Amino acid sequence: MKPLIALLLLVSFSVLADGNKELLSFESEEQRRLYAQLTAELRCPKCQNQNIADSNAVVAVDMREKTHELVQQGYSRQQVLDYMIDRYGNFVHYQPPVNRITIWLWLLPALVLLALFLFQLKRRAGQTALRYRSDQSAEPAPSAAKAELEQQLDNIIDRYRSNKP
Amino acid sequence: MRKGLFYIPLVLFLGLSLFLLSGLFSDPRERDSAIIGKPLPAFSLPDLMNPQQQWTLESLKGETFLLNVWGIWCPTCNAELAYMSQLRNEQGVRIIGLYYVLPEDPMFGEVFDLATLQKDVQSLLQSFGDPYQFNILDRNRRLSMDLGVSGAPEHFIVDADGIVRAHHIGDINPQVWRSKLAPIYQQWAAKP
Repeated sequence: MKPLIALLLLVSFSVLADGNKELLSFESEEQRRLYAQLTAELRCPKCQNQNIADSNAVVAVDMREKTHELVQQGYSRQQVLDYMIDRYGNFVHYQPPVNRITIWLWLLPALVLLALFLFQLKRRAGQTALRYRSDQSAEPAPSAAKAELEQQLDNIIDRYRSNKP
Repeated sequence: MRKGLFYIPLVLFLGLSLFLLSGLFSDPRERDSAIIGKPLPAFSLPDLMNPQQQWTLESLKGETFLLNVWGIWCPTCNAELAYMSQLRNEQGVRIIGLYYVLPEDPMFGEVFDLATLQKDVQSLLQSFGDPYQFNILDRNRRLSMDLGVSGAPEHFIVDADGIVRAHHIGDINPQVWRSKLAPIYQQWAAKP
C-alpha cells in the first residue's frame, strides 16, 4: 500500500510542477493562438535548433515575454516577427525570406530534377538509336567467319555421331 | 563529350566534400548581426556601482569604445577579464561593461539585491582584473535585447557617433582581438 501512496503523491507533485510553467493571460483566444504560433516559429538565438517555446535559455525566456507583451499590445504576426528580426536577424525566424541568396534553396532541387530528367531523356534516345542500328546490322548475310564456324560445328557433330556404336 | 560526362560524379563528389569540410571549421555561434552599421538603441540605465548616475546613448558618444556584455555568473566572462584588463592598460582600449542580470526565480526565493551584486562584482574584479571604465546595469535585459544579445559574453565596438561597428559573440582572447576586433577598433578610434 505504501509504495502506491508514494506513487500517487509523486504523480500529484508532478502535476503541481507542471502548473509552475508561465501562466499567461490573453484578452482573446485569437491572441493566445498567435502567441503559440509565434513562439513555435521563432528560433532561439542561443540554443540553436530549438524554438523559443522549447528553449529555457535566458534570451528565449525574454523573447517569450516580449512576444507576449507585443501580442497583448495588439501587434500582428508580421509586426512581432519584424521586431525580432530587427534585433536578431533573419536567423531568428524558421522561415527564411526569399532573396538573392536563399532563392537557391528552392531553385536548386528543381534544377537538379530537370537535369536528371534531361539526362535520362538523352540516354533513352541514345539507347533506341543503338538498338535500331544493331537490328539493322543483324539482317545482312552471315559473314565468312560465321560460315566457317558453322562448318566446324557440323564436323564435330558428325564425328561425335560416327563414334557412336 | 562522353569523356566529360564521366568526370561529373567525381566533380560533384569533390564539391560536396569541400562544402562539408568547410563546415568543420565554421563556428555555429557565428551569425549575421542585425545591428552593425546602426546606431546604438536609445536607453537610460543606471550605473552598476553608483545607481544615481544614469547613462544614456548621448553620454557614451564622443569616443570609440568596446561594449562588453557580461555577468559574474558567466565563467567565460570571468576568464576574459585578465586579457581585457591588459588591453585597457597596455593599449588604452576604452571598455564599458553592460551588466547582464540573470532573471531571478522566485520559486527558489531568489530576489535581486543590488548591494550584494555590487560586493560580488567588486571582489571578482579585484581578483581577476578590472577592464571597465564603468558598468551599466541592464536590470531587465531590455537594452541587451535591443542589441540582439543572445547570452554572455558578447562584445560590440561602438564608434564616437554611437554607431555599432562590430558584434562579436563569445570571448575575447589574443587571437580574436588581433585578427577580428583590433583592426575595426583601431580604424574607428583613429578617426578624428
